[in-house]
Amino acid sequence: MTVTLWQRLDKTGRNLAPFAVTVMLLLLGMVPLQIPSYTEIAPALTLMAVYYWAIHRPDLLRPGAVFALGLLQDLLSGAPLGLNALTLVCVHWTVLTQRRFFLANTFALMWVGFALIVLGAAVLQWLVVCALSASAVPFNAPFFQALLTLALFPVFAWLFIRVHRAFLQG
Amino acid sequence: MKPRTSGSVVRLAAPLRALAQRFSFLLLVAASVALMMVGKVDPAFVDTARSRVTDAFAPILDALSRPAATAARVIESVVDVQNVYEENQRLKAENARLTQWRQAALRLEAENNSLRSVLRYKPDPAASYITARVIAAPGATFFRTLVVTAGRRDGVRKGQAALAGSGMVGRVVEVGEWSSRVLLITDINARVPVVLESSRQRALLAGDNSDQPKLIYLPPDAVATVGERVVTSGHGGAYPPGIPIGVVASVGERGVRVQPIADLSRLEHLRLVDFGLPGGPGEVEPHRDWK
Repeated sequence: MTVTLWQRLDKTGRNLAPFAVTVMLLLLGMVPLQIPSYTEIAPALTLMAVYYWAIHRPDLLRPGAVFALGLLQDLLSGAPLGLNALTLVCVHWTVLTQRRFFLANTFALMWVGFALIVLGAAVLQWLVVCALSASAVPFNAPFFQALLTLALFPVFAWLFIRVHRAFLQG
Repeated sequence: MKPRTSGSVVRLAAPLRALAQRFSFLLLVAASVALMMVGKVDPAFVDTARSRVTDAFAPILDALSRPAATAARVIESVVDVQNVYEENQRLKAENARLTQWRQAALRLEAENNSLRSVLRYKPDPAASYITARVIAAPGATFFRTLVVTAGRRDGVRKGQAALAGSGMVGRVVEVGEWSSRVLLITDINARVPVVLESSRQRALLAGDNSDQPKLIYLPPDAVATVGERVVTSGHGGAYPPGIPIGVVASVGERGVRVQPIADLSRLEHLRLVDFGLPGGPGEVEPHRDWK
């Protein structure tokens, strides 16, 4: 009985890994790095995490959890409530419905898929912010943020793959 | 996990759950949009929720921000060592210049005091400062806010000005129990009534998410010269007059741009200033209880 309990606890702990990694990245993304002009184009770390886990383990990062993560990000970052929640939920949904396209054999293809997603997310956020502030906000900052996010994706994808192998296989 | 309850709850819950699963995406999108509406309709509610959540995460953010600050300091000290000779020369020259200014300031202060005593001038109430560390600079593309480690229990009130060095960088927009959020002057929602220091021309400093906020409502015939200092005007009672904000950086087709005095990307500590203004923003919300 105790064995099964421990096994179950172990399993639950392992299954929490995708969520925990995403929360950690969310908090890391808030750290003031003292680099000039960094905060404007700080990479969207949660977006990377949601993309990766939605492709590989959608069962462990449910839409509700994604929504909660976006909401937490909104609350902590000072963005209008619902902005990141909407973005992350849309990304999650897009990846899930087009999973056959995104579940690529090579890393390069996964990266191409991420390029589409990250640009789409930038445009969506920009549209929402324009609508909320009822004025045309410059698009250059979100565009460069998307580029930086895209450029840093391999580093974080490597981390996700390590976590994936360490906790969720075997 | 199957629900173990029976009867009407199951009969009601099962179809609801199926519906929810099928339309979870639409439901969540609707929830997001609804939250945006709530934020527009009832900002106070959202602010309260935000400051509570920020309070809850403040210790974690504080712990995370320390290694980053240390690393930045180490890198900075290496750069400083490289430039130590030039820096020394520069500081000596500056010191000589400042000594002269000090003499001038002392003379003016004495003169000012004697003139005030003649006029029975009532001086502004003394300001008190609260120093706080920046623990989060969220990488939000569209918004410029900071989270600092001082809150209601330290005497922070909504509307207080935030200073770094000698320049104003923003104002407090949300206050939690031990953390608060500062809206930078470069944020698209930031508006500060200012005055050009030498021409005494009034204007409004409006952020637009770029590094240099611009002056709006400047009279068309007003002449702003590059290098002129921009200070708060004190209109509207939000801030006392005369806090330096920046210098005019460019005058052109795209309007008058102001370069903030403080380096907004490298803020480590802020001074939150309570000027004790009667009827000022410090007293707009008199000690709302923390429930």
